[in-house]
Amino acid sequence: MSASGYLGLLPLAILAGSAILVLFGLAFARQRYETAFALSMAGLVAALASLFFAWTGAPQRFTALLVLDHFAYLSMALSIGATIVVEFMSFAYFRARREENGEFYFLLQLACLGCAVLASSSSFASFFLGLELLSTPLFTLIGYRREREAGLRSAFMYLILAGVSSAFLLFGMALVYLETGSLDITTAARAASGSASFTVLAGLALMTVGIGFKLAVAPFHVWTPDIYDAAPAPATAFIATASKGAMAILLVRFFAPAGIAGAGPFAWIFAAIAGISMFTGNILALREGNLKRLLAYSSIAHLGYILVAFVASGNQGSAAVSFYLVAYFVSNLAAFAAVAGLSTNEAEADSIEHYRGLAKGHPWAAAALTASLLSLAGLPLTAGFMGKFVIFEAGAGAFLWVLVVILAVNSTISIFYYLRVVSALYRPASEAGTGSMSPRPAMPALAAIALAAMAIAIIVIGAMPGSLMAFIREVARDIASNAAAAL
Amino acid sequence: MMLALFIVLPLVCGFAAWILGSRGSTAGRWISLAGNAFNLVLAAWLWIAQASGSLVPVEGTWLALSSMPWIPAYGISFTLGLDGLSLLFVALTSLLGIAAVLASWKGIQEKVAFFHFCLCLVLAGINGVFLSIDLFLFAFMWELMLIPMYFLIDIWGHEGRHRAALKFFLFTQIGGLLMFVAIIGLYLAHAAATGLRTFDYRLLLGTALDPTRGMLLMLGFFAAFAVKLPAFPLHAWLPDAHTEAPTAGSVILAGLLLKTGGYGLIRFVLPLFPEASRSFAPIAMWIGVAGIIYGGFMAFSQTDMKRLVAYTSVSHLGFVLLGVFAFNVQALNGAVIQMLSHGLSTGALFILVGSLQDRLHTRELSRMGGLWSAAPKFGAFGLVLTLALLGLPGFGNFIGEFLVLLGAYRASVSVAVVAAIGLVFAMVYSLRMYQLAFHGESSDTKEVRDLGAIEIAALGAMIIALFWLGIFPQGAMDAASRALGGILGILGGTA
Repeated sequence: MSASGYLGLLPLAILAGSAILVLFGLAFARQRYETAFALSMAGLVAALASLFFAWTGAPQRFTALLVLDHFAYLSMALSIGATIVVEFMSFAYFRARREENGEFYFLLQLACLGCAVLASSSSFASFFLGLELLSTPLFTLIGYRREREAGLRSAFMYLILAGVSSAFLLFGMALVYLETGSLDITTAARAASGSASFTVLAGLALMTVGIGFKLAVAPFHVWTPDIYDAAPAPATAFIATASKGAMAILLVRFFAPAGIAGAGPFAWIFAAIAGISMFTGNILALREGNLKRLLAYSSIAHLGYILVAFVASGNQGSAAVSFYLVAYFVSNLAAFAAVAGLSTNEAEADSIEHYRGLAKGHPWAAAALTASLLSLAGLPLTAGFMGKFVIFEAGAGAFLWVLVVILAVNSTISIFYYLRVVSALYRPASEAGTGSMSPRPAMPALAAIALAAMAIAIIVIGAMPGSLMAFIREVARDIASNAAAAL
Repeated sequence: MMLALFIVLPLVCGFAAWILGSRGSTAGRWISLAGNAFNLVLAAWLWIAQASGSLVPVEGTWLALSSMPWIPAYGISFTLGLDGLSLLFVALTSLLGIAAVLASWKGIQEKVAFFHFCLCLVLAGINGVFLSIDLFLFAFMWELMLIPMYFLIDIWGHEGRHRAALKFFLFTQIGGLLMFVAIIGLYLAHAAATGLRTFDYRLLLGTALDPTRGMLLMLGFFAAFAVKLPAFPLHAWLPDAHTEAPTAGSVILAGLLLKTGGYGLIRFVLPLFPEASRSFAPIAMWIGVAGIIYGGFMAFSQTDMKRLVAYTSVSHLGFVLLGVFAFNVQALNGAVIQMLSHGLSTGALFILVGSLQDRLHTRELSRMGGLWSAAPKFGAFGLVLTLALLGLPGFGNFIGEFLVLLGAYRASVSVAVVAAIGLVFAMVYSLRMYQLAFHGESSDTKEVRDLGAIEIAALGAMIIALFWLGIFPQGAMDAASRALGGILGILGGTA
């Protein structure tokens, strides 16, 4: 392994190393909370910066476990970026109990490392390792506010369900290994294309259940609203973005090169999952009065949209998945930054009623939250519109007309509930005693910065997506060629 | 570059109005008024230049073109083009934009800055729709004009505004998305046929499509435009949205947003899908006739004055649909004149109804009456606009409807005969409205304040334009004819 080979590993190494540093900081520093935050933030920024150095060395394989190509680095950049934004919104959120809360950053960073491993894994072993590295901290993150009973209950629920889904995944991997004798992801995927044996198909089906659970697509979505609601807002933001994003990237890496996403039984399975997710998520969200639950349902639908591009497969499809993920990340992070920023130690800002009249007290926060919701709804001048365009384009290019029309219908349904929230922002605040707080506390600086940055990103990507789209297409072209080269 | 001004200027004015206007309420009004006035001057200048012959087409029938790369990876560019047809509509946009600002001068007292931001943003989107000749940009602008319009209804509308705003948005959104899908379908078909991935309208013209695919894609476009127009079974959003919107919102909805539907049919549906449109034409013409009759009938039975005017739009825009699909130059010219004069006359009527509502706090015809004696200026303007509404010769409306019927007669006698019945309805509902509101007596209207200077200025300008269209329609027809001729040439229709 050459020097540049190790350079390619730098982002992962920095993430892991700085996580340990955070632990040391927590053990020895006096200002535990601030130290943990600063060390973790420094580690994340350094990891992000190291991606630039690692970029030139790609693509390369690091042992049989990891494939470090541009696609992996892109998704690492996304996960790390999302984690940075999540840390910005958590700083004030957890500060009230600063004696105990420093560990939050350690766990978050560990989960981020899990995402990075997951996105670059080339073998079932590293896949599972990354997944557990991601899931285990999440159990704690979900139940982090121990004083809340619902949080603890949800953490247990997630623990059990994640355990079950891991079991499905492992059993599926075992079946595939039984047939192919290889733990390599692309080998396994290739065995499933063409005339695959029943064992392989059954194995892949079981794995699909495990992956579907992590992505929270219907019919594996049932946990989502409760977890979103009960977890602290920053943790929810992480689950909604980095965790699902890494899994979606892995899905592309796993299935796309062999072309089994676009043809054969799995194309039908994923197309069905996409259609059901879109309808389920959007219809359940229609009458939801809690913003966090609403975002949970909406994320089910959004993952359905992403699956449309995934089924479209090919370079266009992979590029569309990646681009939509970027749009989905910035929009969701903005929404959760607003929720986290407006929550206080006593009350989570989750009911839509709470947001009535926000435009009066916090005009800028209201404008940013509007941008985020309109982006999720896929309206122009926002990243979401461009995201929807690339999915439409990929879907229509693969002649998935039914899915594309379902997507069009569903975006219309989704507008109904997003506009309900937007409309609330500009209505006069409701009478006292119905949940809204007056006077509203000022938004914490770091959360406001996160919100503003994400809102600006939404608008910039929505207005001038040209270079980002070209860049992502370039990167997506890599996956197919690298997978071919690896064999 | 000058073309981009039509879009950029309202955008800049909108943001300026929002930021500067939050200090005091008048700044926002003046900024958006100035922006629209500047655009009107620009449009007038272009108009004079093309009428005098000093502005000659730069390419085909395009008087001006400007293009910038936007998303090259997908063959998308920021391309604007202006021909006689779009010039007419851009001029209408600036004129009605001014009217809308004036109409809201007294009526809007809450969140004035944000109101003008939304207003300017809608106008920017509408100008974008009229000028884009990149189909992606067109779809972008098409969606862009919806959001601020939604806010205009949802925030500043009347009692049932939330529902009406949502209904408006959902209807137009599903149509718009189907069009978006169809645009992408056309783009991919063109790419498959030629290997060139582009959204440029000029290049996509003449894309070879097999009949089934051509028909499906055409229907995707038609869905969006038929909802906006609105065509008969898809009009359900219109009465609510028009009635509940604030006056300025109704002016923009009726005067401009509906026109984007008709414009889209002429600009995109006919030339991009000539065969499919031709086979769809009989159905479309009957849909138009159904709208004419249904709208007239419903207008007659309304007791809410604003709702009545809203239903007349369904009827009048039925003529546009009929004219567009009759495939000859009279009918097409008639459709354009009908759109322009409907925009002016209905816009003016909404201002009139709005100022009545401000004074009487009701839109119920049964509670009006006797306005002629109580407020003579109201009566005079009301009479002029009612006559325009029923299509009296001398107003643009007459020319429009007459030309459409003339052209439709050549295409299909039975359609023209049934459509002509609509004129009788127009007579009846217009005169009934006038009689109930202005004649007779009522205690509610005794003390009513007459029209003010701002309202008279707005209404006066619109009525002058209506007369101009009615007495000298040749100017507008000349401007549009070259563009329309090009479109008919593609259709292979009779000149």
